[in-house]
Amino acid sequence: MEAAHHPELHDLGPTGKVEKVTAGKLHAVQYLVALILAVLITGLWRLEVVGADNFRALAEANRIRKVPILAPRGRLFDREGRLLVDNYPSVTCYLLREQVKDLEADLPLISKGLDIPIEQIHATIRRYQLAPKYEPIPLKQDITPDEQAFIAAHRDELPELETLDEQRRLYPRDGFAAHLIGYVGEVSEQMLDDPRYAFYSPGDVVGRSGVEQTYDALLRGTDGSRDIIVNSHGKELGHLGQTLAIPGKDLKLTIDLDVQMAAEKALEGKIGAIVAMDPHTGEILAMASRPTFDPNQFAVRLTKSYWNEILNNPDHPLLNKTIQAQLAPGSTFKIIMSVAGLQENVAQTMHVQCNGGATFYGHFYACDKHHGAVDINNAIPYSCDTFYYTLANRLGIDTIAKYATSLGFSQKTGIDLPDEASGTMPSTVWKLKTQHAPWYAGETISVGIGQGAVTATPIQLARALSGVASGGVLRRPHVVFPDEVPPEQLQAIHETFPGSGEATIPLTSENWETITDAMAAVTTTGTAAPAHLEGIDFAGKTGTAQVMSHDALARAGGGHKTDPNAWFVGMAPRRNPDIVVAVLWEHGNWGNNSAKLAAQVIDAYVNKQRKRDNNLRIAITPEPAEPQTAPSTQSIPSTPSATKPQPSTPTPSAE
Amino acid sequence: MPRLSSYRDFDWVLLGFVLLLSVISVLEIKSATLHTKFHGFDHKQIGFLAVGIFLMFLISLIDYHRLIDIAHYAYGISILSLIAVLAVGTKVLGGRRWIKFPGGIHFQPSEWVKLVLIVAIARYFWGLAGKDLTWADIGKAFAMIVLPMALVLKQPDLGTALTYLPILICGLFLGGLRFRQAGIILLAIAILGLGVYKSGKHLKPYQQARIDAFINPDSDPRGSGYQIRQSLIAVGSGGIWGKGANMGTQTQGDFLPIPYTDFIFAAFCEEHGFVGAIGVLLLYFLILMRLIQNAQTASDLPGSFIIMGVVAVIVFQIAVNVGMVVGIMPVTGIPLPLLSYGGSSVLFTFLSLGIVMNIRMRRFVN
Repeated sequence: MEAAHHPELHDLGPTGKVEKVTAGKLHAVQYLVALILAVLITGLWRLEVVGADNFRALAEANRIRKVPILAPRGRLFDREGRLLVDNYPSVTCYLLREQVKDLEADLPLISKGLDIPIEQIHATIRRYQLAPKYEPIPLKQDITPDEQAFIAAHRDELPELETLDEQRRLYPRDGFAAHLIGYVGEVSEQMLDDPRYAFYSPGDVVGRSGVEQTYDALLRGTDGSRDIIVNSHGKELGHLGQTLAIPGKDLKLTIDLDVQMAAEKALEGKIGAIVAMDPHTGEILAMASRPTFDPNQFAVRLTKSYWNEILNNPDHPLLNKTIQAQLAPGSTFKIIMSVAGLQENVAQTMHVQCNGGATFYGHFYACDKHHGAVDINNAIPYSCDTFYYTLANRLGIDTIAKYATSLGFSQKTGIDLPDEASGTMPSTVWKLKTQHAPWYAGETISVGIGQGAVTATPIQLARALSGVASGGVLRRPHVVFPDEVPPEQLQAIHETFPGSGEATIPLTSENWETITDAMAAVTTTGTAAPAHLEGIDFAGKTGTAQVMSHDALARAGGGHKTDPNAWFVGMAPRRNPDIVVAVLWEHGNWGNNSAKLAAQVIDAYVNKQRKRDNNLRIAITPEPAEPQTAPSTQSIPSTPSATKPQPSTPTPSAE
Repeated sequence: MPRLSSYRDFDWVLLGFVLLLSVISVLEIKSATLHTKFHGFDHKQIGFLAVGIFLMFLISLIDYHRLIDIAHYAYGISILSLIAVLAVGTKVLGGRRWIKFPGGIHFQPSEWVKLVLIVAIARYFWGLAGKDLTWADIGKAFAMIVLPMALVLKQPDLGTALTYLPILICGLFLGGLRFRQAGIILLAIAILGLGVYKSGKHLKPYQQARIDAFINPDSDPRGSGYQIRQSLIAVGSGGIWGKGANMGTQTQGDFLPIPYTDFIFAAFCEEHGFVGAIGVLLLYFLILMRLIQNAQTASDLPGSFIIMGVVAVIVFQIAVNVGMVVGIMPVTGIPLPLLSYGGSSVLFTFLSLGIVMNIRMRRFVN
């Protein structure tokens, strides 16, 4: 700048006043200016040189918005490739909170245009309060074309509304196989805390029940995304690129649509459950539970009224009773008793005179009839309680428990469906653990007929009884073919759903024959004779389980809800069966009522096999009509040589 | 016999720097409004500059002593115009700052009041030259500035009101304020300021929010902190070389608030980087040094006072505006002289320069 000293700066003007500002002060101002600029440059350095990378990333995050391309979920087919669950295109309206300065002012218009009450919008926003602001909130799912047009027409006034194309689940109507298939819903907060669901974010759709839940990782696919360049109002200025979505894997279920339809039809108007399984493999052929629910209602946002309807139903429509109902198995348990009695070499020689009951430890235990002389061969068809009271007393609780446990009681079967129940098998150890009391021998008596503390699920009974009929080979029930699932995922599913799984128990061929023949007699001369299927080797065991004690029954004063539960576990053919059907009819009153339902399912299955393969193997009825000609006799059906134990693999050319 | 002033003594170098910045301003306004409804503001800015340059030459012909002679009338009119704004002004963005004239012309009196205050302060301290300042003298100087400040604050326009302060400070500093007096004043202001901040009643909610946002910009990323945050992102993402003219994503994507006025420096930094920013600050430095040199060579005390008043206002605006853009000052709404879009701002700058030119042209007149 100029020279520092100007002599004239201190000159006095004509007025005699000081006419100059001192140079020192001006220099001070110069230094101040330089200092200020230096500070500003430091600030710029900090941002543009030191922080450049960070701010560049923030600028990119500002202008690039990832628009998800949602992967369609895998479809579900039955074992023959018939479509069970499909997807349909649907549009969801999202709210972008970042795009709006005064949301309150826009709410009346949004509420009107999308037909949502303002309070509901408030509630939705409140639910996402903790989520980051940039995250879109799903405002309304499955919007109508009119609502889409409304959003498109108000792009400028309501920039906060955004639509997203999705694929939505389309389930069978009327709750068909609803418990097996399950449903999808928004991921819950508890699930988000679970490391298994780590890759989900709030608002994601996830399987919440049934196959949808177990196989979610396979079904869900991988969402893609499109990177679009937007301005601060969310207006699209261009796009950068996209990652395509990988659709979820289609899954083939072990369900046979025809068998499933028979099961659903059989249960119509009743409360209960039917499960059909292929005992050779453990493949579930049908699974139905009543009352049922409409999973389509869960796929879009659940209405309050429907949810209340489900919650207030005393029969628990969401419960998959085939795997979750733990009830006294009643007389179906006698098959387990028979295995224990025969394998322990007690039952073969046991003869009981049934006079309508017997007294043990000073207490009279009733039988429903006077069966007269009973041995193991007619104890099963007639379901004689007196015989099994006596057998139970002879074996003792821990021997019974040992056999029951080896047949899968008090353990989950390990079926690939969530929330399976394990049932209860009492024993001295069990009682000590749960009630801190010793076991009394008197308690064993009613366990012998599947009452008392013993409970089981339909799937457990199906597995156990068909396992016995298969010569002691028990399978892990499953609803998806294992070869549909990558090995490591299959392993993970087995670990997630532990259970008794695959097992083989010792069963001599004599004992095997004795039990299976007796079970065949059940549907001819025995308790389930009314359910007899002409031309089909149909075996099984009924069960009529009291839901309350005689005293409580007297107090309740009758009524439908006090009626006993009707059980039936049936199979065809009697040895190495191709199908087993377990039926639970709650308050169905009498086991043979359930046997008729099982017969419908087995009939449907057999007819189908016959039509398709012209395979009449099952139809080779070892029993001639002979026992029916004398239904009143108590003779034991003889064992024809045609039903000698066969290799466990059925041969289609057996005829 | 006094020498006649001539354009040979016009400060062509200063004008050159100023015009260079004006060109940068027009280009950046063009870029910042490219995709907005404000497209074409660059042409309007060229119009303002043309009028400004014309007025600069016009005012440079008037002897600044004439301006000093009428300063007290001008001061009176200024106060009246500020009252008029409050009474009949047009409300824009929550502030009543503009008077609407027929023909679509909006005028912001608070801008040209700055110029009047510079001349009035120069006149006031000229009258006190050579004697020690008494508390009464200091009080009068405060009153002169605080009255228009209060009226502008009422609009409310904190930013412009604050630009009157450097005129007072500069006047007091050059007018011979003693260190002891300065200390007492600072202490009093500090105590007063603390009281105001504690009570929290004297700031408008948006002003309080801006201060809070300045202290913690991330506290409310879409509210008051939004402007600061987006400005920091714009500047920072520019890096050393910038993203290129018309290529700033923050500027073009409308993330940066009002990128053609208050945040124009952020837009410039984003597109031209650290290097460009240094260039602009260097131009400011050269202009300010040139002005101070003219103050040094002015033929009399009021001439120096007027130029230094202009310097004070420009330095203050640069410090506050650029300081805001780089995140070391709160958002106050003060435009950046010579870069921000706006007729009133352009006219003030060029009228001040016209007076400066006049002072320079008359440095040998006595």
